[in-house]
Amino acid sequence: MGRYLMRRLLQGGAVLVGVTVIAFALLHLAPGGPLAMYTLTTSMGAEDLARISHELGLDQPLPVQYARWAANLVHGDWGRSYRDSRPVLVDIADRLPGTVELMLASLLLAIGIGVAVGILGALRRYSIFDYLATTGAMVSLSIPTFWFGLMMIFVFSVTLGWIPSGDMYSLGRPFSLVDRLHHLVGPVTVLGLVLVAPWSRYTRSGMLEVLYQDYVRTARAKGVPAPRVVVQHALRNALIPLLTLAGVQLPMLFGGALVTETVFSWPGMGRFFVDSLGYRDYPVLMGILIFTAVLVILGNLLADLLYAVVDPRIRFG
Amino acid sequence: MSAPAAAAVRVPGGLRARRMSPAVARFTRHRLAILGAAAVVVLLLTAIFAPDIAPRNPLYIDLVVRFTPPLHGAFVLGTDPLGRDLLSRLIYAGRISLTVGFSAMLVSAVVGTAVGTLAAYRGGAVDSVFMRVTDVGFSLPSIFLLLLLAAFIPPSVLSITLIIGLTSWMATARLVRGQILTVLKLDFIEAARAGGASDLRLVLRHLLPNSTAPVVVAATLNVADAILAESYVSFLGYGIQPPLASWGNMLNNAQSYFVSAPWLAVFPGLMITLAVTSINFIGDGLRDALDPRLKI
Repeated sequence: MGRYLMRRLLQGGAVLVGVTVIAFALLHLAPGGPLAMYTLTTSMGAEDLARISHELGLDQPLPVQYARWAANLVHGDWGRSYRDSRPVLVDIADRLPGTVELMLASLLLAIGIGVAVGILGALRRYSIFDYLATTGAMVSLSIPTFWFGLMMIFVFSVTLGWIPSGDMYSLGRPFSLVDRLHHLVGPVTVLGLVLVAPWSRYTRSGMLEVLYQDYVRTARAKGVPAPRVVVQHALRNALIPLLTLAGVQLPMLFGGALVTETVFSWPGMGRFFVDSLGYRDYPVLMGILIFTAVLVILGNLLADLLYAVVDPRIRFG
Repeated sequence: MSAPAAAAVRVPGGLRARRMSPAVARFTRHRLAILGAAAVVVLLLTAIFAPDIAPRNPLYIDLVVRFTPPLHGAFVLGTDPLGRDLLSRLIYAGRISLTVGFSAMLVSAVVGTAVGTLAAYRGGAVDSVFMRVTDVGFSLPSIFLLLLLAAFIPPSVLSITLIIGLTSWMATARLVRGQILTVLKLDFIEAARAGGASDLRLVLRHLLPNSTAPVVVAATLNVADAILAESYVSFLGYGIQPPLASWGNMLNNAQSYFVSAPWLAVFPGLMITLAVTSINFIGDGLRDALDPRLKI
C-alpha cells in the first residue's frame, strides 16, 4: 500500500508540474505576454516597458523565470488580477462556493437518477425500458449543454415562468432557502444531464457483471428477498468500480459548469473564467486553469486510493 | 459514410472475406447506427452541395424582412436579426461545423496514434514521458484550454480545427498504446522480427493494421466531440467568426432574442444535436461491429 501510494503521489506530482509548465508557456505565448496589461495600452513607452521588464526579471532566461514563478505558486502567490488588482487566489476563492454548490447538487442528482436507471436497465435487460434508457443516454451525451440550458430557460423561464432565468438568488431579498433552491433547479438539471449517462451506463454494466456471479445466486438460493439481493449483494459490489468514475468525471464536471454558469449567469468559477477571457486577464485565466487541474489531479488520486481501500481484491504493485 | 467498410478492409490479406462479413452484419443489426449513418450521409451531401440546395445567399442582408418567423413567405425557417435566411445559413454552417469536426478528428487521430505507437513500441523512458504528457492533457478540462487558446490565436477555421485536434488526442493515444502492447506479445510479431523486419516495417505493416479497430471507434466518437467543442467555443464568441456561420456561432446571440425570435435558438441546436447523436450512434455500432469485447 505504501509503495502504491508513493507511486501515485509521484505521478500526480509529475502531472502537476506538467500542468504548470503548460500554463507558464501559455502565459508567455499570449499576445503581450506577462506585461499585457501595459503593452496593450499606449500609456507606457518602450523604455518604461524595458525598465519594468528588467525590474520584474522578465529579461532573464525562461527556466529561471519559471522556477521563480512556480516557487511563488507554491507559496500561494498566484499573481494579481489585471482587472481588479486583487490576488488571484482570493478572486478564485470568492467564486469557488458557487461552483462547488452547483457541482455537488448536479452530481448527487446525476448519481441518483443514473444509478436507479442503471439498476432497472440491468434487471430488465433488453426490455423497452432498457432500450429507451440506453438510447436516451446516448442522446443526452450529444446535446450541447449550452443549448439545453437555453431551451430550459426558453421553455420553463421565458414561456412558463416556473424558474428564474439566472443568478443564484433574488437580488434585494433576505436569504431564503426556498429561493436558493428555486434558482438551483435550472442549472442543476442542465449540468446533471451531462453526468447522468455515464452513471447509468456504468451502473448497468457493473450490475450485469455482478448479477450472475455465484455469491448472488447463492444469496438468491438461500431465499434472501430479491430487493435485498439487488441492493446488498449486487449493488454494493457493482458500485465499487464507479468510485473512479467520480474522479474521471471531474474535468467534464468543470467544463459543464463553465457552460452552465455562463448560460444561467451563475456566479461561479466557470463564468468568472469566461468573463476574464474578455478582459484578457491572464493571471486569473492561468490561475483557474491550474486550480481546476489541481482539483482534478487530487480528485483522481483520492478516487484511486478509496478504490484500493474499499476493494480488497485490488493488489498493489 | 463508408467507415465500416473501410475499417474492415484494413484487416490484412486473406482473412478479409471471412472477417468482414460478421463485422458488417453486426453493424447492420444496430438499427440506430444505420439510422445515424443515413443522417450523416444526408448532412454531408447537404454540406457538399450547399450552393445548389440553399434557397438563398446565406450572407445576403435584407433588413426589411428581418425577424420573419418560420413558414412565413419564402422563408421556411424564418430570418435572423439581419434578415438573412435561416435555412440557408444552417446549410452553409453545416459545411463549417462538419469540416471542423472531421478535420479535427484527423489531427487527433494522427497525433494520438503516433504518440500511442511510439510509447508502446519504444517503452521505457519514452513511454513514461508520453504517458505523463497524456495524463497532463487529461487533467486540464478541455473547454478551459480550448477557450484560452482560441482567445490567444486569431480565430479561423484552420486555427479552431488545429486547437480542437491538438487538445483531444489523449484517449486515442491510450487506446493505441494498449492495443499495440497486446499485439506486440503475439507470435507473428516474433516471426516478423526473426524475418528481419525493420522497426518501420513492423509498425506500419503489422502493428498499426492490427490496431485499427479501436482507432476507428475512437476517431468516430472524436468527430462528435469535435463538433460539440466547436459549437461551445463559437457559442461563447471565440470560435468561428461572423459573417461566416457555424451551428455554434448562430446561437451566439440567440439568448437576447428569446422573446422576439425564439426560432433562432431552436434550429441550430437541433442541427448540432442531430449531427452529434448520429455520429455517436455510428460509433456505438462500430464498437459492436469491430470489437465485441469492448461492449459497455
